[in-house]
Amino acid sequence: MSPETERADKTPRSLFDKVWEAHQVRAETTETPGLLYIDLHLVHEVTSPQAFSVLDERGLTVRRPDRTLATIDHSTPTLDFAAGEGPPYATAAAQSQVERLQDNAAKHGITLHGWGSGHRGVVHVIGPELGATQPGMTIVCGDSHTATHGAFGALAFGIGTTEVGHVLASQCLLQRKPKSMRVTVDGETAPGISAKDIILAVIAELGVDGGTGCVIEYAGGAIEALDMEGRMTVCNMSIEAGARAGMIAPDATTFAWLEGREHCPHGADWDQAVAEWQTLRSDPGARFDREVMIDAATIRPMVTWGTAPDTGIAVNSPIPEPRSASQRKALAYMGLEAGKPVAGARVDQVFIGSCTNSRITDLREAAAIMSGRRVADGIRALVVPGSVAVRAQAEAEGLDRIFIDAGAEWRQPGCSMCIAMNGDRGEPGQLVVSTSNRNFEGRQGPGVRTILASPATAAAAAIAGHVIEPAELMEPAHA
Amino acid sequence: MPDPAANSEDDIRQIDSRTFVIDQEDIDTDQIIPARFLTTTSRDGLGKLAFHDWRYDGEGKPLEAVSLNSLDTAECRVLVAGRNFGCGSSREHAPWALHDFGFRAVISSEFADIFRSNSARNGLLPIMAPEAAHNWLLANPGVSIRIDLASQHVDLGNGPSFDFEIEPFAKHCLMEGTDPLGFLMSHSDAIDAYEADIA
Ligand code: SF4
Repeated sequence: MSPETERADKTPRSLFDKVWEAHQVRAETTETPGLLYIDLHLVHEVTSPQAFSVLDERGLTVRRPDRTLATIDHSTPTLDFAAGEGPPYATAAAQSQVERLQDNAAKHGITLHGWGSGHRGVVHVIGPELGATQPGMTIVCGDSHTATHGAFGALAFGIGTTEVGHVLASQCLLQRKPKSMRVTVDGETAPGISAKDIILAVIAELGVDGGTGCVIEYAGGAIEALDMEGRMTVCNMSIEAGARAGMIAPDATTFAWLEGREHCPHGADWDQAVAEWQTLRSDPGARFDREVMIDAATIRPMVTWGTAPDTGIAVNSPIPEPRSASQRKALAYMGLEAGKPVAGARVDQVFIGSCTNSRITDLREAAAIMSGRRVADGIRALVVPGSVAVRAQAEAEGLDRIFIDAGAEWRQPGCSMCIAMNGDRGEPGQLVVSTSNRNFEGRQGPGVRTILASPATAAAAAIAGHVIEPAELMEPAHA
Repeated sequence: MPDPAANSEDDIRQIDSRTFVIDQEDIDTDQIIPARFLTTTSRDGLGKLAFHDWRYDGEGKPLEAVSLNSLDTAECRVLVAGRNFGCGSSREHAPWALHDFGFRAVISSEFADIFRSNSARNGLLPIMAPEAAHNWLLANPGVSIRIDLASQHVDLGNGPSFDFEIEPFAKHCLMEGTDPLGFLMSHSDAIDAYEADIA
């Protein structure tokens, strides 16, 4: 399927167009969607059991176990347990869900990074970490944050459980081509501004449904300047603007990050792969259904004030007057006041983790703030690395000591308080500053109030006991 | 795989129903079914968990004041909700829960992408209404309406009736009671050829 040799049509194409076209098994018609071939199918315990059941009912097999990769992350405890003891699951249901995936993986010959694997972790952390995520691929998972993998120039999106069954059985999805949008974050960000601040600013600009029906390509100087972890943070949250997927054109940063990883090609195959990947960028003049420009220089450390991810504002900016009944309800739920900044809000818990911000650079960012300081009295701070490998790397760098000495809890990898289905959660009414991606009512436990922020801002909140710009902490300690 | 049209109880080719209105925007799938209930390995019986945290108190007792708890879903099979319904997590548990609760259609002015495709596959019609009709429905809770899938028309009686769009293949599957998986599997030769080409 080398599109370069087959294309007579010289219409400029976007990165998304190129990846889409290269995976068409059958084009869509008025009556029927097209068949899109899926290069990599990531599977976790929560959205897969019913799909495997359908396979069993129909007597179907997994078409490409070699293109399917599984892990356990959502229901798994993050507490330590002794060798010889079973994991301390929060519920019997959680345990049986994990065991169901273990059985299904064994039965269908699927590689599972389960207990004991050096690469167990949050599904969107381990795919890239293993080099299974590569430029130009189509990647799906029964999980809306699959867009994370778009940071490598892959077309990656979340699917429902019925579709998980479709991909298991046929390695294809029935799809109509989504619309396209380009978000250009132009210029340079101020020092101390992280990828999380950028994406919270982008979502605030687009709104929670601004990207509905679209695949977003992120471009511009501030995006190109990000490391791969930062690019993953940006693409990760595309769904919070309603978009199916987010993509960033692969470049030297991408190739350097991937080289030598387990699933990547090696030697001459690597050189050939890079040569192909270099063609994966939007042609000059490529058409997008919508273009949005954001000036990077205006972005400040961000926090959310509401119960939807598009309510990001600068930490010290006043909360805007609510524009709708839903926003009034959100403010009341959060216990915050219009006209005042979020800064100063008393915090009960801090969560540093999730597929948005649990990679090594995120942990370094949080550790830089916590180093030599103590978590404020009465605050519980949870640091949950994204994978076994991230945890090992952090320990090799001594970051675990920084967190533990500061009084934070250093946990085993998993989704943890991002989704609060493994027993890690807040208590009703508590205010949690979280590096995760969703501040919906009750997301981190019934009645819990969530403020989304970067690792630096979350760590600063843990130290100060209230929401604060991380720079305010940095100055006295390092002046 | 659901096969709604083949089962007369779940026939959604024509729905005559009163509406139930939740006038709130951006209802995310964490509201529709909270994540802590996602440890199930089945898709059945999730109706009791639909909108769980709105319907029950901290001890799990139903809140009497919440009208969802006294709703007669034999009469009320159509949910009308504010803009951008079903945003957030891709969990198919959301349409499973709404369907098991008794709803057969949701009307809003906008749906999140994954929720929309998940619903259509599970015998829950996602119907996008034009703004005037949507506002009228929000302002007139409990009205009797008729949804006709074949003509893609919603009759609002005294209100501004409207036509709706549905992806033609999803409509075909719902009308015929056929299954997209069968359609996919019928293309195995084309998939073989594609795989041979990229190998
Ligand atoms: S970390 Fe959170 S958002 Fe990411 S996969 Fe886990 S539950 Fe989903």
